[in-house]
Formats: sequence, C-alpha cells, structure tokens
Amino acid sequence: MKFHKRLLRAEPSFRLLAKLWRISWLYVLLICLLAGVGYVTLYSAGGGTPYPFAAPQAARFAVGLVLMITVAMLPPKMLVRISWPLYLLSLTLLVAVLHMGHVGKGAERWLMIGGLQVQPSEYAKVALVLALASWFYRINYARMGNPLWLIPPAFMVLLPVVLVLKEPNLGTATIIGGIGAAMFFAAGMRLWLIVLLLLPVPYMAKFAYAHLHDYQRARITTFLNPESDPLGAGYNIIQSKIALGSGGMWGQGYLHGSQGQLNFLPEKQTDFIFTMIAEEWGYVGAIAVIGLLLVLILGGMMMAIRSRNRFGRLVALGISMNFFLYCLVNLSMVMGAIPVGGVPLPLVSYGGSAMLNVMLGFGLLLSTWVHRDSRFGESEEEEGV
Amino acid sequence: MRLRRRRRENQRLMPIKNQKDPARGVFTRRALLFMAVQTGTLGVLAHKLYQLQVKDGDRYARMAASNRVSKRYLAPPRGRIVDRYGIALANNKENWRALLLPEETTDVAGTIERFSTIIPLDDRDRTRIAREMRHQRRFVPVMLRDFLSWDEMARIELNAPSLPGVLIDVGTRRVYPEGELLAHIIGYVAPPNERDVAHSALLALPGMRVGRSGVEQSQDEKLRGTAGSVEMEVNSVGRVMSELNRVEGAPGTEIGLTIDRGLQQKVLARIGEQTASAVVMDCRNGEVLAMVSTPSFDPSLFDSGVSHAQWIEWTNNERTPLINKAVAGVYPPGSTFKPAVAMAGLESGLFSPTDRVFCPGHLDVGGTRFHCWSRWGHGSVDLHQALKFSCDVYFYEMARRVGMDRIAETAHKFGLGTELDIELPHTRTGLIPTPTWRQAHHHHWNGGDTIVSGIGQGFVQVTPLQLATYTSRLATGRAVQPHLVRALNSEVGPEATPDHWPTLDMPDKYLAALRGGMFAVVNEQHGTAPKARLSLPGITMAGKTGSAQVRRVSRALRESGHFNSANLPWEYRPHALFICFAPYDDPRYAVSVVIEHGNTGADAAAPLARDIMTDTLMRDPVNHVTPPPESVADATDTE
Repeated sequence: MKFHKRLLRAEPSFRLLAKLWRISWLYVLLICLLAGVGYVTLYSAGGGTPYPFAAPQAARFAVGLVLMITVAMLPPKMLVRISWPLYLLSLTLLVAVLHMGHVGKGAERWLMIGGLQVQPSEYAKVALVLALASWFYRINYARMGNPLWLIPPAFMVLLPVVLVLKEPNLGTATIIGGIGAAMFFAAGMRLWLIVLLLLPVPYMAKFAYAHLHDYQRARITTFLNPESDPLGAGYNIIQSKIALGSGGMWGQGYLHGSQGQLNFLPEKQTDFIFTMIAEEWGYVGAIAVIGLLLVLILGGMMMAIRSRNRFGRLVALGISMNFFLYCLVNLSMVMGAIPVGGVPLPLVSYGGSAMLNVMLGFGLLLSTWVHRDSRFGESEEEEGV
Repeated sequence: MRLRRRRRENQRLMPIKNQKDPARGVFTRRALLFMAVQTGTLGVLAHKLYQLQVKDGDRYARMAASNRVSKRYLAPPRGRIVDRYGIALANNKENWRALLLPEETTDVAGTIERFSTIIPLDDRDRTRIAREMRHQRRFVPVMLRDFLSWDEMARIELNAPSLPGVLIDVGTRRVYPEGELLAHIIGYVAPPNERDVAHSALLALPGMRVGRSGVEQSQDEKLRGTAGSVEMEVNSVGRVMSELNRVEGAPGTEIGLTIDRGLQQKVLARIGEQTASAVVMDCRNGEVLAMVSTPSFDPSLFDSGVSHAQWIEWTNNERTPLINKAVAGVYPPGSTFKPAVAMAGLESGLFSPTDRVFCPGHLDVGGTRFHCWSRWGHGSVDLHQALKFSCDVYFYEMARRVGMDRIAETAHKFGLGTELDIELPHTRTGLIPTPTWRQAHHHHWNGGDTIVSGIGQGFVQVTPLQLATYTSRLATGRAVQPHLVRALNSEVGPEATPDHWPTLDMPDKYLAALRGGMFAVVNEQHGTAPKARLSLPGITMAGKTGSAQVRRVSRALRESGHFNSANLPWEYRPHALFICFAPYDDPRYAVSVVIEHGNTGADAAAPLARDIMTDTLMRDPVNHVTPPPESVADATDTE
C-alpha cells in the first residue's frame, strides 16, 4: 500500500504503472473467464474446430483487452472532454447507417468503415452513457429538482432511440432507453417526476404497437403463442426451447449437443449461443454462466457505488446497466420469455462490433475504478491522479 | 490530517447517507435497488431455465430426437438376366454422370453455361435442370448429363477449374449386351412414372427402373429386389451429418432364361431381312430355346429416353419392330391347322384314318365353290395322303361334317387360341372361331365359315408360339406349356420328360397317324415340303406347311390361270408358315416359323425351319450331336 502511494507521487511514467496497479485485476480475470466460456462454446459451434468462429473471436478479444486497459488509463477529465464529440459522432453514424448501411436479416444495420463492420447502435450506447454522465455531472445534484434541466438529456436519450428504432432494431432501442432511464434515476431524478412520467406509459405502448414493423409484430404474437407458426417465426423459439430442454440437468456433453451441432438451432453462434451452452453443459453449466454474468454486473455496480466522483459513478452505473440489459434481453429471448430481437450475449456471442463495444464499456468501468478516489470537481480537494 | 480523513472515508465505501454529498447517498440507495432488481431478474430467469431444462427436459429431449433422425432407402441393384448357359443378357453397368452442387459455385447459371460449351446440353436437359434447381435445396446435387463417355469425362476433368461445383458421379444403367438379338424377350426398362411410384415407395428412389416389356416387365418384382434402409442423423436443413444404422437391401434375383443365346443368334441370322417370327421349343419340357421376331429394336435406347422421331419411326413401321410377333402377332394358321382338324375328325368317330374323300379340285356347298390349292384336284385321298398333299377338299369335307365346335375344342386342347403360361406381357390369345362367338358379335355363322376354318383360314388366328406349342403337343401327346424362365419352374428342369405334363387324352394311334402324315409331308415323294428334309444322318423330321391368304382371291383371277401370288405387292402376299418337330421317332424339338407375306410355306418357311432345326439339333448337348463350342461358332461367323 505504501509502495503504490509513493508511486502516485512519482514521475508520470511511474504514475502509469501505479494506475495499472490500481486496475481491478480480479475483475479483468472474470472478464477473461467469460470470454473463455465464449471461446469454448464457439469452438463447439464451429463443429469442434477453432474456425470459423472461435479463433477470430479470440483475436478480437485480445484487441479488446488492449483497448480496455488503454481506456482504463484515461482520466475522467479527459472522458468528460471527449464525451460530447463522441456522442455527436455516434449520432452521425446512426444517421449515416440509415442512408448507406448494409442490412442483415431485416435489422442489425452496419457500416463498412476501413474494412471493418461497424454497428453504430452499439457505439451509441457507450457514447450515450458518457454524454449523460457528463451532463448530470455538470448540472450537479441540486439542479436535478428542476425538470427544465432534464429536458436536454431526455432528448439526448430519445434521439438515438428513435434513430435505432428506424433501423429498425427494437432490442437495441429498448436497451438504450433502459440505460437512459436507469441513469436518470440514479442521477437523482425526483420521485414525483418519475411517477408523473410513468402514468401515460400504457397508452404509449398501445401507440407503439401500432407503429411496429410486421416482422416485429410477428415476433410478439409468436412469442405469445410460439406453436401457432412452428416452422415460421415461431421456429427459433421452439428450436431453442427444445435445445434447452434436451440439455437436462447435466447436459449432453461438450461437442455433443444434438440440436446445436446439427444446426437445428438458429443463430447458434450469435443470438442463441446461450442455448448451446445450456444444451451441452446442462442446467448446471447454464447456471454457472448466469452466476458469472451476475458477478460481473454486481461488481460493476459496486464500482459505481465506490467511486468518489459523480461522473465516475454514473459512467460505471450506465455501463453495468448496459451489460445487464444485454444479458437480460438475450437470456429472456432464448428462453422464449420475450420476443426475439437480435441482441447477442456480451463477450460470448460471435461478433466483432459487439465485442469491442463491450470491451470499451469495461474499459470505461475500469477507468472509473482506477480513478475512484479522484475528487474531480466534487469538492475543494485536489484534482487527483 | 488529510490522510486520516481519507482513511475514514475509505471505510465508508458504501455511503447510504452522506452529509457532505447527499447526491452520493441517493445514488447509493438507488444503485442498491438496481442491484436487487438485477439479482432478482436473473433469479427469475434461472427459475424459468430450471423448468425448461429439468422439469420439462424429457419432453424436449424426445422432440430433439425426432428432430434429427431421418430414414432413407437405398436402391437395390436390379437382378441380371442370363441365358441357359449363364451368359448375361441384361446387366447393370456403371453410368457416369456429371452433377452440379449448387452451393459450391457462386454463379450457377454461368457454370452451366460453361459446362454446355464442353458437353452440349439440349433444351430438354436445360428445362429439367432448371426444374430440379427450383425444387431442391442447394446441397442436393442436380444432374447435368448422364451416360458420359470417357472422352467427355476427360474433357470435364480438364476444365474442372472453370467448373466449380461440377462433380462426376457413378450410378447404374441397364445394358443389354445383345441389343436387338433379344430385345423382344428381355424387354426394356424405363424410369418409373407417377402411377408406379404411388404403387411402390421403393420406386421413388433415384435410379430405380421399371420393366416396361418382356421378361423385364413380367419378372419385374423379382428383378427389383428389396430396398435397404439407412438411418441418418440430419441437421435442420436435411444435410446428412452421420450414419446411425444401416440395413442392407437384397439385390434383385438373377433370372435365368431357357433361351440359348447362340441358337438365337443363328436363327436371327438365318431369317435375315425377312419380317418373320420363329420359335424353337423343347417339346418335352416346354423350354423355349429361341424366340425370334424381326425386325427388332435397340432396347438400351429406352433407358436414356427414346426420342420422339425414333418413336414415330417405330410405331409407323408396317413391320412393327416393337411387337414381339412370336406372342403378339396373330396369323391365320393356314394348312398348319389341318392336323388339328384331322384330330377333331378322328376323335368325333365320323372319320377313320383310312376313310377316303374324292378331291376334284373344289367342293361346292350351298352354291358356293371352295377351291383346293391344286386346280386339278388330288383324286381319292385318305388322311395320310391328305396331310402329305395338304389337300384342301379333304379338310373342307371333314370340317363340314365334324362341325366348328368340335374343331375348336380340339384346337384349344392343342393350345391354339388359348392363353399360354409364357412369362411375357402383352401376349395375344388369337382366336378359334365358333358359331357362339360369331353370334355374340351379332353375326350369323355360315356353313362356309366352318369350311374355310377347316384349312385354317377365315377367322382362325394363332400366334407362332401357339403353333410351336401345338406342334410339341402333337409330338408328345402331352399338354406341354412353353416357358422362358428356368429358375421359377425349377421342377421343370432341362431333363424333364413329357410325363410332367397332363396327357392330352387323345388316342395314341390317331396321334401316330398325324405324325406319320407330317413325316410324309417332308420325307415322302410328292410331299409338300421336300425342301425341309434334314441332311443329318439318322435324324428325320416331320412337319406341315401353311400358306395363309391375307386377301380373298377372286374367282375371275383364279380362273384366268395367270394367278401367281408371288407377283402381288408385298403386303397382299400370303403368309408362309411351317411347323415341325424332330427327331421323328423320339420327338425332342418343335419349331414354328411364320414369314409375313412370305408367299408359300413350302418354298419360304420350310427351308428356314429346316435350317433352324438343324442348328438346334447340332447344338443339343443331350443328343451328343457335335455340340459346337462358342469359339468355333464365332470363328465360322467371321469367315
């Protein structure tokens, strides 16, 4: 302890070392563990070979790990400074993808930038977390009582939500809205305002349903009664349930899940990868993975609570919430508890854009942890590290 | 000081209440609420998962099993058809095909286009490929062309880099090494149609063929075999992942024929360009040793599909190449019918072999004059002479007195106008007319009809196979049945004696009298068929000529004295017939010959029958008359 205190006051190059020392390596280990689960499952999804899924995913994770550690070094001051440009950039990308994006499976639009597939909706989530945290940090808790100060951030949430809905990607739009709501709440929005806003929700839901796309509506109706269209829109849900069920308590054994290995399982390497885990490793394996996810979520929340500056708290909460909603939507989807929408299981599902986005988020989370004791504008205390 | 305060602060890592910073207290409380909600939600999901995986696990596991197992059937190889010495007459040969796997090429249309520059595809191929392409999934290969030659395969292999997804595969095709020689007996196969498939699921398998004619059709069920099956693990789109269980099917039974390929070749060669039919039968056991019908066709054309032009050519040909004349060609038997009429007369008791009839060259009945073939008549003839000279008037008189019903009864006993047990489809029964039959067709039966029937003219119609059977029965006195397939009638082995067959119940002395008359036809002076005399030492043959008019000869023409049927156009000339058996003293073989529009039995059919009988006797291993080995026969052919 003494040693690293001394490091903090040393030369800048040594300060970097001290920051590295402050990273929660236990948390990094848990992240690697989850990515390991992903690798092992993708190996099976590829038919017992590293290609085409497992090996590229591992390479992406390695890049993501470097990105995460790098981002973790960034001081909150810099994060606040770049939050607005990042947010505007993400909005630009969202608009761009609407006009020149490539479409996959009716949703999940992406842009080709420098040979990379970029899913702007993924980056919009991180950008939104930063932008909201920076706004709430600037207006202070005292101004939260005045609804006028809450109108700009409300638009900051609605803009990406509307743009993503237009893609149309209902799942991600819901997650963005959820992150926004959670951050409003955590930032100290007054309770009376919350109650007032929740009253008209049922009417809005009705209105929203009327404006859904046909395939989105099909998802909702087949979700309510999957057997109504067993080979069409209900196919995914039924096959997923069959795969889960055939896993049983102890699973069919690694590389021996019949539904996954035989491709009955749709999107087994992306959206339905959890089903594959549950089929091959059984309920025991599935619960272990859910437990790991929960530890990561709660760990992130603890980091948020522990942070001494408002900006860090909100960033950490937003990122943890993003991660939680990701997991929640994906798990509910594969169990047939909510309508299907292209939301992957973070770090486990195959996919570059989602992986980098999640690692970027963890980088921000770790940054708040590294700079947890920075008073950063909270009081008269020193600017910190 | 500062350090101590920080330490105090450090101990309060979770500030629920914070005097200095109320926002932090609110945040902490609300964050804890979130954590509770997060834990609770994931807990609910874990519970839901428990229900899905553990409580309802069995039900879903069963659904999973039915998801993945697919049963498929394996096409059995079709049985071979061999001749009596085991020489293959119908065989399965490898059929090299070019297939296209659509999923392995990015540009299906372009690949097909490039393929067609190497191996030409016609419009029929193209429409079939397009249709299969639409109906099949991308990993199921589509057949581009089959029956590839080595040369074509080499060209495909050479161009393989520009033909992604094109692969060469081997199936089986039916081949008939003897081609036209046995086309009518073996028949041919064709792909099953929808009705066949509805009848038997086995036929839905790719590569299965259905017999459409000949033995291929009559023995189709046995040749087909039984399908094997294989249970396979398939994935969601039906691609095979692994094989779970395999039941081998039984290949089709090999069918052995009674046909002697070498004899068949000789008979066909001897007939040459004539439109004719010949049957060689073992008159003791009923085995058909040769059955020829000319002209013939190439049966292998049917496996790959007959072109429209070829089909029109066949069906419009007046020589009917597609029809097996031995079983489906019906002809008036002419004078070959006379022994049957004679037997009816003898059996009736109205005639005895020694009774005489005077032949002045014609018989007048009810104002109509019936001519004998000899304008000057034969004078007073008994049965022996009547057969020997083939005197028409004798048999006119006999038929008139015996009546048509008795003649028909005897003819039927000889197998004429009856259904025979031959293993061939599309046979015809012919007809022995009776007054009852005529009345059933609302016509009056005239006395004249009976009289012309006495010489095998009028409505009488028989097939060459019936004639051979009739001859066998005359020779043995037994109800011999012809057959083509050996394995099935195993009790009728090659050494079977006539005792196997029920007796015809005809007095031996009458049969002997008829045989004697037929012996005279060939061997005695003034017999009608001296050209049929055998030149083999110690073996004699008995036979009967027949010339069947296909058109009534007008009285004026006949009396003009210039009538010669050889001058008529081909289609108006009489058919030439000859039936015979040999050896005379111990009958072994029966031969019947019908030459369409061959003019006279004595000049056209008798020599042909003699040569066939000679070949048959020469090849007989039982008789020990110099059985010629195959190589010797071939050597003489090439000279």
